[in-house]
Amino acid sequence: MLRYVFGRLLGAIPTLFLIVTISFFLIRIAPGGPFDLERPLEAKVMENLNKIYHLNEPLWNQYLLYLQSVARLDFGPSFYFRDFSINELFAESLPISIQLGLSALCLALIVGGILGVAAALRQNRPADYSIMAAATLGVTIPNFVVAPILTLILGVWLGWLPVGGWNGGAFVNRVLPVVTLALPQIAVVARLTRGSMIEALRSNHVRTARAYGLTSYMIVVVHALRGAILPVVSYLGPAAAALLTGSVVIETIFGIPGIGRYFVQGALNRDYTLVMGTVVVVACFVILFNLVVDLLYALLDPRVRYD
Amino acid sequence: MTSETKKTVLSIKDLKVDFETATGTINAVQGVDIHVQAGETVAIVGESGSGKSQTMMAAMGLLASNGRTRGEVIYEGRNILGLPVGKLNKIRGAKITMIFQEPMTSLDPLYTIGRQLAEPMVVHGGLSWKAAKAKALDLLKLVNIPEPERKINAYPYEMSGGQRQRVMIAMSLANDPDVLIADEPTTALDVTTQAQILDLLADLQKRLGMAVIFITHDLGIVRRIADRVYVMKTGEVVENGDTGQIFNRPAHPYTRMLLDAEPTGHKLPVPDSAPVLLEAQKVAVEFELDSGFLKPRHVLRAVDNISFSLRKGQTLGIVGESGSGKSTLGRAVLNLLPAGGRVVFHGQQITGKSRAEMRALRKDMQLIFQDPFGSLSPRMTVGQIISEGLMVHEPSLSGRQRDERACQALEEVSLDPAMRNRYPHEFSGGQRQRIAIARTMVLKPELVVLDEPTSALDRTIQKQVVELLRDLQKAHGLTYLFISHDLAVVRAISDTVMVMQRGKVVEAGTADAIFEAPKCDYTKELIGAAMLTQQQMMETA
Repeated sequence: MLRYVFGRLLGAIPTLFLIVTISFFLIRIAPGGPFDLERPLEAKVMENLNKIYHLNEPLWNQYLLYLQSVARLDFGPSFYFRDFSINELFAESLPISIQLGLSALCLALIVGGILGVAAALRQNRPADYSIMAAATLGVTIPNFVVAPILTLILGVWLGWLPVGGWNGGAFVNRVLPVVTLALPQIAVVARLTRGSMIEALRSNHVRTARAYGLTSYMIVVVHALRGAILPVVSYLGPAAAALLTGSVVIETIFGIPGIGRYFVQGALNRDYTLVMGTVVVVACFVILFNLVVDLLYALLDPRVRYD
Repeated sequence: MTSETKKTVLSIKDLKVDFETATGTINAVQGVDIHVQAGETVAIVGESGSGKSQTMMAAMGLLASNGRTRGEVIYEGRNILGLPVGKLNKIRGAKITMIFQEPMTSLDPLYTIGRQLAEPMVVHGGLSWKAAKAKALDLLKLVNIPEPERKINAYPYEMSGGQRQRVMIAMSLANDPDVLIADEPTTALDVTTQAQILDLLADLQKRLGMAVIFITHDLGIVRRIADRVYVMKTGEVVENGDTGQIFNRPAHPYTRMLLDAEPTGHKLPVPDSAPVLLEAQKVAVEFELDSGFLKPRHVLRAVDNISFSLRKGQTLGIVGESGSGKSTLGRAVLNLLPAGGRVVFHGQQITGKSRAEMRALRKDMQLIFQDPFGSLSPRMTVGQIISEGLMVHEPSLSGRQRDERACQALEEVSLDPAMRNRYPHEFSGGQRQRIAIARTMVLKPELVVLDEPTSALDRTIQKQVVELLRDLQKAHGLTYLFISHDLAVVRAISDTVMVMQRGKVVEAGTADAIFEAPKCDYTKELIGAAMLTQQQMMETA
């Protein structure tokens, strides 16, 4: 098992290398540079800046320099937030995004799972139809519509929750962003769980469990749900990577200092190191969560073994 | 043994089962009366769709959600039909238990055998998990599972079909039941395994004294184990009585038809002058098992240097249990698998030919599969399925000509050509297998490999398909490679027979020689397991 995990992590290195290489050159192809402002800088200043940031050297050299620093886990100085290094920016914002994403993920898994199982147990009855209708709404209504509506009702009219800000991660400040971020995921998880649960409830081994007079809990949770959760787990891998690396929309609307806004700011300002940093972080999360999914699979299904 | 003196443990009175479907109500069971006495074995016999399984499923409250029941199921003086689940669960799994047809899927793949055996004991017997596990071990010993201490911690996928069915039997006995309902428990198993499971059930019944209700379509099994028989047809019991009476003096024409359904007859031999169509020399297929980077190579010889030759018009029957390599051999002969050795078809060596080179020959060598449900595309009409091959092999035909050929092929397999615009799901298993045969025949092949073509069918349908295959062979001079584990079918259709075990041919010869004077022990065992039925009838007569 350890050998497998080690092998997978080792195998991620060439993947990361490729991602770094491709995105390094792609962002350089984009027209403009980090210091092209509306009012052009003086030639002398520009020259100095280029020198400090090694932008005057040939592209190959810049690339090799960057690879060297990434290998030391140093993502370099930010071009736009000039007093900060990328590492400093991420050290501050990434934990916030991870907390936000993880809370949303747990909420989605628990609420979506329960709704999905409830719908499957009442297949083609009113409860099923209402849950699935709600799930369809959850998927189709975008975040930037839900967020202002919730803010308006719960924040402005009722005054129960603050309308924005992180406030050092106070519980009341988390409720709205987490719920908004989780809603579409709840819908997807509910749909997936319902589908695989219906199939599981019809399977022969669940019939055996019923024929042997086992309790409803044993039939539904022990025998049906464990197998039915597998497709949900494989969906949650990529979904978790996306959630934990921040959401631009949610963070902007609720004014949360997470990593999500750096995607946009980095790209718009041609902040080369910031873009590269976010790309590497997201890639690492995707690789990590795919590994976690595979390990969870092995944990849930004894037929999958990595020895 | 007089049955009047015994106590009736379970009686089903005027049971009706309806299914509400989108196309209307289906009356699956229409007023059935069945009773069983303590220590008695009762068989319910019928073809698929006769309602025999649904009767018992309804009695146990296990119908699909669209099923409705009426009538009475009396156990210990109480009607258990329609009891709330909580009360019903005091009885099912404890006093009335079931074994199912599908040993491969009836156990939960995600839990160990020991845990699944323990569950009913914890729920009904109130045992602790530890005590239940200990008792589970005793049960595994009782049903003769090899290495029970190790197998108790095994997962179902680590066991064979026969072993899984033994585990199900162990589970059914866990709470000392009064009635054991066995729903086709041996249908999915090899003949020798089948015989072992039946012996085990008979032995356990003798020792533990429960009543057994045995649902089956196989009259051989009924003759072997049942005290009394109920014959079911389209949701009704058409005849019932003692086993001897049913077999010796069947009253209802349907019973007589079932009894008459053993494939019979012989194939006429082919003259020695017939040209050799297919010759296989030392065909070998190997699979690498579980190999990987830096792992020792593990090779399974699925087919081990097998040679034979087939003259035009001949049928070679290949017999063996699952895993013996018979299907792999069939595929290797058709060059569908990379294989060692040499296969010569029509004087042309075909081993080593590329897929493109094979394509021209495919028209003359066709394959029919076991599963008539999985082998036809559900999204194409029967006409499209049949004529599809013509688009590849006879591209010059117009759409109309192809349609005509499809009609001819359907007529040849005794299906109405007017049905060619329907989809496969609208047909029964036997009809689908006829469609699969028509799809083959439309290309006018010379060699047909039939891989268990009758195994998924009822006996009466099997007989018809065997007769159809013989007629087609005679009419078109076809050469068959007939793969089956069913000895009666093989005997009725083959000139020569090869018995395979673990990739090797253990015995080969003419059909009569093999069946009347088997030399090898394995062959004797196979025949013994399959033919017990007839011996028993002679004994009872």
